Amino acid sequence: MDITDFYDTFFEEAAELLEDMERHLLELDIDAPDPEQLNAIFRAAHSIKGGAGTFGFDVLQRTTHIFENILDHLRRGELKLRRDIVDTFLETKDMLQDQLAAYRNGSEPDPEAFARICQTLQQMALEELGKPGPEVAAPAPVAAPAPPAEPEPEAAQAPAGEGTGGLRVTLLGVAEKDRELLIEELKHFGSILGQNGDVRRYEVELATGESADDIEAVLCFVVEPEQLEIQALAAAPEAPPQAAVGVPKSEAVAPSPPVGEKKAQAAPAPAPAVSPAQPAPAARAPAGNNGESTSLRVPVAKVDQIINLVGELVITQSMLDQMLGRLDGAMHSELVNGIALLQRNARDLQEAVMSIRMVPMDFVFSRFPRQVHDLAAKLGKEVELVTVGKSTELDKSLVERIVDPLNHLVRNSLDHGIEPPDVREAAGKPRSGRLTLSAQHQGGNILIDVIDDGAGLNRDKLLAKARSNGLAVSDGMSDDEVWQLIFAPGFSTAEVVSDVSGRGVGMDVVKRNIQSLGGHVQILSRQGQGTTTRIVLPLTLAILDGMSIRAGEEIFILPLNAVIESLQPRSEDIYAMAGTDQLLKVRDEYLSLLPLHQVFGIPGARTRPSECIAVIVQGEGSRCALLVDELVGQQQVVVKNLETNYRKVPGVSAATILGDGSVSLILDIADLQRLNRRQSAARQERAAVTEQEPMPS
Amino acid sequence: MTSLKQADLAATVADTHTREFLVFSLGSEEYAIDILKAQEIRSYENVTRIANTPDFIKGVTNLRGVIVPIVDLRIKFHLERVEYGGQTVVIVVNVEGRVVGVVVDGVSDVISLSPEQIKPAPEFSLSLSSDYLSGLASIGERMLVLVDIDKLLTSEEMALVEKTVA
Repeated sequence: MDITDFYDTFFEEAAELLEDMERHLLELDIDAPDPEQLNAIFRAAHSIKGGAGTFGFDVLQRTTHIFENILDHLRRGELKLRRDIVDTFLETKDMLQDQLAAYRNGSEPDPEAFARICQTLQQMALEELGKPGPEVAAPAPVAAPAPPAEPEPEAAQAPAGEGTGGLRVTLLGVAEKDRELLIEELKHFGSILGQNGDVRRYEVELATGESADDIEAVLCFVVEPEQLEIQALAAAPEAPPQAAVGVPKSEAVAPSPPVGEKKAQAAPAPAPAVSPAQPAPAARAPAGNNGESTSLRVPVAKVDQIINLVGELVITQSMLDQMLGRLDGAMHSELVNGIALLQRNARDLQEAVMSIRMVPMDFVFSRFPRQVHDLAAKLGKEVELVTVGKSTELDKSLVERIVDPLNHLVRNSLDHGIEPPDVREAAGKPRSGRLTLSAQHQGGNILIDVIDDGAGLNRDKLLAKARSNGLAVSDGMSDDEVWQLIFAPGFSTAEVVSDVSGRGVGMDVVKRNIQSLGGHVQILSRQGQGTTTRIVLPLTLAILDGMSIRAGEEIFILPLNAVIESLQPRSEDIYAMAGTDQLLKVRDEYLSLLPLHQVFGIPGARTRPSECIAVIVQGEGSRCALLVDELVGQQQVVVKNLETNYRKVPGVSAATILGDGSVSLILDIADLQRLNRRQSAARQERAAVTEQEPMPS
Repeated sequence: MTSLKQADLAATVADTHTREFLVFSLGSEEYAIDILKAQEIRSYENVTRIANTPDFIKGVTNLRGVIVPIVDLRIKFHLERVEYGGQTVVIVVNVEGRVVGVVVDGVSDVISLSPEQIKPAPEFSLSLSSDYLSGLASIGERMLVLVDIDKLLTSEEMALVEKTVA
């Protein structure tokens, strides 16, 4: 999986963010702007910047960075909102949209427009703020000179290229992959002055001493001659050469300049009726189609509905199968074959439908190596990235929405968590920091951890910062409470605001996003040893590898990752402890017995431990031996929420639907252990009471 | 006959205060709920027991891929005979965005009641607090107990919905 797979996701996300931004901008009350809305606009710009940085969309990242600076001043009330400022912001938003479109088509955005908007924004920051804040001034020199530098050499060298034999190579309908190859090839002939366009028409300006024929001869190894146009750079850059070459496909190319127009009118062109205004949009439209992704965004509810319907279909099919078993196979062989076919198709359909929603965490994790690498370089740190649990499958809708929060957490860890190599060495740690991303299922949740071995959070600093921000804090707060402070809006302990993090917007966003998914964020931190940020998300619709077990007449599902082994206990390995509790000795280890039939009050189950099967399970760190009647099998199950229509059931994380259409409960080992402890405590209490006051017999 | 029914229907539409009720039986008693609450009626089958719950919660079942809890009102109302037979049905109701199945002995009728036909319910036994009733109605010799299914199913004693700790 490579990073380009995520381009489309980013483009779609960014487009949505821009739409949001525009909506908020338009709704803004100039005289009394709603801080929530300013925050929302700021967050949108921030998120786009983050994504742009990940994918190396430099221009987009720089524009959003400058934009974000000004928004930050506005948000803090240092800048008074006016109509024309809002207008400028809307212009900036359009500009961002153009840049996005350019990247989407695989070309670079217009550098002139970029320079102009940067200048406007910086001008505004200078005028409005009187003295430029350091952050405003800082990016200006970086950003401003760079963009003019890009177009100028192009403009300046183009005529120069003419002297040395500058050529314009136009590629028509060449796929992106081939194009890159061709451009590589062209570099052997001279230097590339500029390139842009899309799949339909891609122009490369080349400064070279070679003749057009030579170049054509070489390139024709890769493309057909009619896909290629080569002209000297002398003429006005647009149409005349095209009209002159008269490639068969040229009617798709807009004859926009007057020269081409006259020609079209003079000569009986293939499509004389077409007005000159029309070809332009017509030529653009297919380009837009090419850039469009082949994916389809569908509301999750629709997918859920399909999944439910297919589930029903599979159940109906197995019902038919059972009825068929009662018929004479020889007499109804066609029916038997038909049902078998139906069964295969139904299974395939079910698998296909399931796979729509599920993606491995790798989808998320694989965007990070590049980001960590770039960020570490930028910050002068050495960081090793480790990912664990890449194959953990997660609902697509969750994956899409945890990317942003994870992005922020990774940035935070790199920026604030992991120390520079020298500091680490002085602290007796390896120079290279370690950042671990891990994902695992636990009970009805998925846990996503971002673990760094950096400096950890500083309690005193957090408290001091909270006080200066006017938050109500006391020294007696528990560590957990103190760590939660970093989720307050506008809270940041970083001394320097960089474009990596430190604005105090990140953690705010993280918390909001996770909460909107029904999850929460936990922080574990030890000073000097590192910080673990854990995102806990409920499994709304994740597939679980489960082991089905039977107790009495009831079937339950055990999450397979909780199961360590199963065995038939021998009665001599069972020890009693404190009267009621029993222990099982497994290879020098004593495990407490968790009789499922007792905890759930299941009638008709085997009660003698030595007749049962003991499944050694792990729940939140502690192991125990779950006593069941029988292991039925192993299967993947779809996790269904019990709480949608019912409530949380102790000892149960969720439910699923078995092949026969019946509901089976998925056990939550940790909760089951707690339930057992509560029950045995209650039993002991009762026993104590009966001892004191013997029941009359 | 048909024309009469149509006239009835027209009257129902004209008089917006008239509501339609689904009549069901629990033992020999007749109850009714607002028909708009009922989503569908199915047979009683395939219920998965849930441990450590009150006995009137029969468990959960699969309703086209959705997990739905099943409540037996006969047990809740302490009826003497609770049998599961061919007549036993489950009325699937929609209550505050939740789907719940209610086991009853049979569904008999759909009737329209005008406000005048609905009398306030007197204080009742412990098993069915009058809080959960929207009234009584008499149709000839029959007496219908109108159940406010929303209040009943979301009440704390039904233990179907998790109340936020006050």
